[in-house]
Amino acid sequence: MNFFTRMVLAQMMLGLNNGAFYAILSLGLAVIFGQLNIINFAHGAFYMLGAFVALLGYTSLSVLPGLAGFHMNYWEALLIAPLVVGLLGMLIERTMIRHLYKLGNLYGLLLTFGIALIIQGLFTNYFNVSGTSYNAMPDILRGTVNLGFMRFPTYRLWSIIISLGVCLGTWLIVERTKLGSYLRAGTENADLVQAFGVNVPLMISLTYGFGVGLAAFAGVVAAPIYSVSPIMGEEMIITVFAVVVIGGMGSIMGAIITGLCLGMLEGLTKVIYPPAANTVIFFMMIVVLLVKPTGLFGKDQYGE
Amino acid sequence: MKKHLIQAVAIVLLLGLAPLANAAGIRNGVVKIGVLTDMSGVYSAIGGKGSVVAAKMAVADFGGKVLGKPIEVLSADHQNKPDIASAKARDWADTDHVDMIIDLLNSGCGLAVQKIGAEKKVIIINTGAGATALTNEQCSPYGIHYVYDTYALPKVAASSIVKHGGKTWFFLTADYAFGHSLEENTAAFVKADGGKILGQVLHPLSTSDFSSYLLQAQASKAKVIGLANAGGDFINAVKQAREFGIVKGGQTIAGLLVFLTDVKSLGLEAAQGMEFATAFYWDRNKASREWSKRYFAKTGAMPTMDQAGVYSGTMNYLKAIKAAGTDDPDAVMKAFRAMKINDFFAVNGHLRRDGTMVHDMFLVKVKKPSESKGPWDLLKIVRQVPGDQAFMPMSQGNCPLVKGKK
Amino acid sequence: MENSLNKKLLVVLLLIGLGAPFVVYPVFLMQLYCFALFACAFNLLLGYTGLLSFGHAAFFGGAAYITGYLVKNAGFTPEMGILAGTLAAAAMGFVFGILTIRRQGIYFAMITLALAQVVYFVALKAPFTGGEDGLQNVPRGKLLGLVNLGRTYHLAGKSLELNLYYFVFAIFCAGFWLLYRTINSPFGQVIKAIRENEPRAVSLGYRVERIKLLAFVISAALSGTAGATKTLVFQLASLTDVSWHTSGDVVLMTLLGGLGTVAGPVMGAFTVVSLQTGLSSIGSWVTVVIGAIFVICVLLFRRGFVGELSRIIKKVFEGDLPSEDSGRIQGRQEGKQAPGPGAASG
Repeated sequence: MNFFTRMVLAQMMLGLNNGAFYAILSLGLAVIFGQLNIINFAHGAFYMLGAFVALLGYTSLSVLPGLAGFHMNYWEALLIAPLVVGLLGMLIERTMIRHLYKLGNLYGLLLTFGIALIIQGLFTNYFNVSGTSYNAMPDILRGTVNLGFMRFPTYRLWSIIISLGVCLGTWLIVERTKLGSYLRAGTENADLVQAFGVNVPLMISLTYGFGVGLAAFAGVVAAPIYSVSPIMGEEMIITVFAVVVIGGMGSIMGAIITGLCLGMLEGLTKVIYPPAANTVIFFMMIVVLLVKPTGLFGKDQYGE
Repeated sequence: MKKHLIQAVAIVLLLGLAPLANAAGIRNGVVKIGVLTDMSGVYSAIGGKGSVVAAKMAVADFGGKVLGKPIEVLSADHQNKPDIASAKARDWADTDHVDMIIDLLNSGCGLAVQKIGAEKKVIIINTGAGATALTNEQCSPYGIHYVYDTYALPKVAASSIVKHGGKTWFFLTADYAFGHSLEENTAAFVKADGGKILGQVLHPLSTSDFSSYLLQAQASKAKVIGLANAGGDFINAVKQAREFGIVKGGQTIAGLLVFLTDVKSLGLEAAQGMEFATAFYWDRNKASREWSKRYFAKTGAMPTMDQAGVYSGTMNYLKAIKAAGTDDPDAVMKAFRAMKINDFFAVNGHLRRDGTMVHDMFLVKVKKPSESKGPWDLLKIVRQVPGDQAFMPMSQGNCPLVKGKK
Repeated sequence: MENSLNKKLLVVLLLIGLGAPFVVYPVFLMQLYCFALFACAFNLLLGYTGLLSFGHAAFFGGAAYITGYLVKNAGFTPEMGILAGTLAAAAMGFVFGILTIRRQGIYFAMITLALAQVVYFVALKAPFTGGEDGLQNVPRGKLLGLVNLGRTYHLAGKSLELNLYYFVFAIFCAGFWLLYRTINSPFGQVIKAIRENEPRAVSLGYRVERIKLLAFVISAALSGTAGATKTLVFQLASLTDVSWHTSGDVVLMTLLGGLGTVAGPVMGAFTVVSLQTGLSSIGSWVTVVIGAIFVICVLLFRRGFVGELSRIIKKVFEGDLPSEDSGRIQGRQEGKQAPGPGAASG
């Protein structure tokens, strides 16, 4: 294998790593959009919150009475952070977002934008924006794996695998289970589903909770790689928006595939022309908009 | 509307001719010092609230009054944004009549504020920003570059690294004034000592993922990976370099601007053996230890060279006012230039015409975990470098103020 | 009757504007005018056309950079610099418009946001913008080559930059007047008709896309004027001007003041800028406060200051409440007509 191929493969692996995060976040956005018909601007903030739950659970819970000496480890964080953040999401849905369904969906965007600012501002007050490192990475995931063309950190490999696993799991739930069929039916005609005895408001709350829980999960997975910082979500969310526009909203598989591919495209750009790496996704978006305005996987009814 | 405008302008013109306030003594009856720093960003641990504490300590130690008039300390967060920094500086100068602004941290902000200072006659003491432009093409009669610059740091550190076998270099550079300046100067020293530059890559300020840049550095096979960045960026880059096994692969990481708090947050395990240049280390001598312990009692952390510089800069500014008998900026600057600056922070210091405060620098090495006797026992001093060898000679610089004199 | 009242009010406001720099810090006032003009231009699109752009910082900041560059490096006089910035913003608006105008609601918002991000990265990377440092030391220059805008007058211990102040005030008044005329022209009536019911406007024979594109370009151009003027005031164009926070701020200003009202955005801008300046000492709590205002506005206060006020006045005088729908942003036409949870929200 020559030098250039190895370089390309190495950067593609890193791209895949980023792409896995894009996939999981845009998937959450798609699930929420499918049910609530809003774009959740606070998604990045919930991603950040997930990382912070993991960080604070590890470092700071032990000061609480009754929890002396307790440090939430990584595996616990993977379960607890999405739950905590998911519950918070449900609370926000029930108390705030719910009142906006009768209005246009732009109000949902603006509301969640405000929520994102509040969460981010609060954390910026107490934590350094350059990040705090999360040191609870399990020993089994430390070190590197030899992939033939590079030594790749074990943890990053794990993060790709677990993210893809969660993405596929979500897809299976929505597309292949009875619960998923309620969800899809609720999207098409909420009144009818309600008439069949399904508690639609609860289902909607749960969906929002699930969507932001996914974001929190991604946050925990990202915590050991990137430093945990109040602005980590802000950097992510706009790229993810572009991913969503490219993929087209409303398709779960579309969100996953687009996320992964764009991550790798970014990696590839870093080899060929590094200065464009940050913008390549946005240029891709422009091209897609010109060629297929509804997005690669979008159905026409969502677009126009 | 036109009529009103003409009237208004006429009134103002008349009043504008009124004689200005008397120059002697303290103008407005108070000396105001503004600490403008990064309170929440990548550099907040280096300056931030600690700098405000340091400035207040200096005022308290001076007795709270100068020439019988009170001293007030203001502070603000520039968020590493030159627009916020310059707007705040302008506001301070115009409405609060601030006499001196200190810290800055971040060259973009530093340059912007120094420009305002020159325009509004406010003394700017840069303890945090590094770019040599501050004392060269953009030098100002009211600008002081107090702690370090991007010439002195590599002058002290890079040649030592090249001499120990680090002949080939690859740079990871923060993509703004400071990073460019640091990389450029370092590269010049490396080449002068017979080293070679194999490549460089620019990263944005406040980057969370260095992996792809590090892969490029790794692929370059350079012996030394020079980090022309600072604070959080430096910390992230070093940590991720370990993750990718770069140090194990035989490459050395060289931090070109490292602060004490960076070493602390990386830990000795990760940082051990790293050599870098600094203007100050708390455990250098009795005076520095005494002051640093007082500072520690207030903040819970040992001071960085920036924070120590804020104290020393504030203290010497007040001394200069006392010597000049006025807070008139021209007179204070003149007194400042005439002073010898020797305290727990500055060794053999004096203020040059171009604004550089020339003082001795130190080459330090991070201790091994086994050598460290306490949580802040992090560095050992390898060598003391006299100021005139560390800082750029004025003859090489291009500050118009200096040329004007000659 | 209302008209003559308005005229008197305008004269009073004009006089206040002329006298204000002697009382309030002029740089702060100039900042207010720049953002007020920005918000008014934005309101033409959001309040009157019903399109939510989340990328207006691209025009504001793009023009700021172009004006800054031309004035600093190409020797443009300030008025030519601002004109060039405005034209550049109009051109950018045209490009953005072509890419987005067929989309509505959240798609429109997200695409404008993403496009603005491209402009942000250009500003970060292009050789002439100064990257993170911004474009610094932009001279204020001489208006028409005659009047020195950088001139500072010393008055009772205050330093007042009056030449620049009156220049900026004049630009603000001119921009405001232009927008006011646009809104009250036949064109303004058509864009309002599109906001209320786009299919009907189409069936009435209006070329809706072209009209929306024109509104977008006007809005972008005047946003550019605001950004260009800001560069001269602060002598600096920086990444903040093109960042999405600025796009968010202008949405908030418009929303807070009152969508689709003439005076609303001005009040909104004054409120938001004053808050940001007044609270700057409490650090990132400002972000929290801004976020909280956003949430409160969206949940309880959708008409904004001016909207609520005029509703109360109307209620008192006429006993007649305007319908909930007035001043609403467009969004329901997007995709599904009745969002799933609509039925469930009770």
